[in-house]
Amino acid sequence: MIPPGLPPGSRVRVRADWPEAAGPVHVRTPHYLRGRTGELVRHLGDFPNPEDLAFARPAPRLALYHVRFAQPPIWQQGQAGDDLLVEIFAPWLEPA
Amino acid sequence: MTIEITPDADLLAALRTLLDARGIASAAEIAERIALTDAATPARGAAMVARAWTDPDYRTLMLTDGAAAAEALGIPMRGAPPLGVLEDTAELHHLVVCTLCSCYPRAVLGYPPFWFKSAAYRARAVRDPRGLLAEWGTVLPEKMRLRVVDSTADYRWMVLPLRPAGTAEWDAERLAGIVRETDMIGVTLPAS
Repeated sequence: MIPPGLPPGSRVRVRADWPEAAGPVHVRTPHYLRGRTGELVRHLGDFPNPEDLAFARPAPRLALYHVRFAQPPIWQQGQAGDDLLVEIFAPWLEPA
Repeated sequence: MTIEITPDADLLAALRTLLDARGIASAAEIAERIALTDAATPARGAAMVARAWTDPDYRTLMLTDGAAAAEALGIPMRGAPPLGVLEDTAELHHLVVCTLCSCYPRAVLGYPPFWFKSAAYRARAVRDPRGLLAEWGTVLPEKMRLRVVDSTADYRWMVLPLRPAGTAEWDAERLAGIVRETDMIGVTLPAS
């Protein structure tokens, strides 16, 4: 988990974690970004953890960030400068 | 093992009865929410885009707080997720997708087009976005960068496209008439 207050522009990595393998889960972190490194764009707000909400468990609010990833090399498509902008919850991010 | 088939309508009625009985959502609240959802159309988003093209202060508000900008035009946002607005520029084009499911800014664009939820659109929008755009007839200028916005969590995203050339004399109402839902997802560009 990245610490609160990490400034925009910080390099962050999405955890290469696959909780799907251990049993039923509801995860809002796309497969194609697990293990990928991107750049923190901004803190979007704090929202109840969807991984708990989906199972009607008490859901603590988590920091949600917009994170930018360069398009090539993720899919080897597009032009230099193309990118992906994705919402990722703090526990899925680590400093890179 | 026997599998019981419950007719959809009976299952829905049972669910509604339980929601009401447990105080989660009354019949009136469900009816109100359905009416709100049905009333939303792309004309709402188009009115926001046209206003932003003609009113710099409104444009600033829309880019800062999409929900507040919608409410300023009388669009009900209560209970809707936060709305983010992505500003296209001469150097950057935005394309919106929800690869995980079908998140869509329904409050301002209405129900998503059927293909928005398709596995093909959701996969190709991130994997081969320029190829996807080409099939829509959308060709970006050579130097323009493409940003694919994957709507994965609590925000909903709409695009504020570039105002097309040849519309300098147009008022907001006429401008709103050329803005389509696909322009506000980013698969097409508005044309005069």
